[in-house]
Amino acid sequence: MIVELTVEEIDVSRLIRHVAKPGNGAVCTFHGVVRDNADGRAVTKLYYEAYESMALQQMQSLVEGTVDRWPVDDVALVHRTGELQIGEASVVIAVGSAHRAAAFEACRYIIDTLKTTVPIWKREFFDDGSVWVEPMPRSSTD
Amino acid sequence: MICVTVLFFASIADVMGARSRTVCLHEPVTIADVVAVLIGEVSELMPRVPHVSFAINGQFVAQDSPVADGDEVALIPPVSGG
Repeated sequence: MIVELTVEEIDVSRLIRHVAKPGNGAVCTFHGVVRDNADGRAVTKLYYEAYESMALQQMQSLVEGTVDRWPVDDVALVHRTGELQIGEASVVIAVGSAHRAAAFEACRYIIDTLKTTVPIWKREFFDDGSVWVEPMPRSSTD
Repeated sequence: MICVTVLFFASIADVMGARSRTVCLHEPVTIADVVAVLIGEVSELMPRVPHVSFAINGQFVAQDSPVADGDEVALIPPVSGG
């Protein structure tokens, strides 16, 4: 299991290697990537802030809950903090399991739950200012 | 008298003009009492409180939860990781 926050670029191949074990016939990954627009406005960069100790606890219990709920072998979950440029991965999830269905479902569950429960916030920067993204009501679709 | 450290994040840190603050009160003390002190100092916090979640020592709690001396309290605005 890998659960980390980092200010460095996420090493995706390391996460895949971690969950790609001989007994696993499926590895599913999700990358959350910095998009160049939000609600029709051009985004120039993002800044992620975390309540680090609590975020890591929440991420850990999320991964443990996922392994309990689905027949998955192992999970790697890494989220960036600090400043990110367009196209960079802000979060990467890798799930390894014997068969594909569990890996797909677990990966989806982790990103959806992370977005509503883990204390991490993003600030969107535009040419003429910036704004904290604080969804109300909470959205699980973007 | 007990004292707690209150952490502010994202828009709440902007509103409070700080990342953290120590609040001291006579027992018994709940999260709501701590929030009332903060609103007394920064009234702009009040309209945001309905959208804020609370944590004590890294665990989500309700607004009527008791706090103890030395606790780390956090005001958590709607999250947007991912």
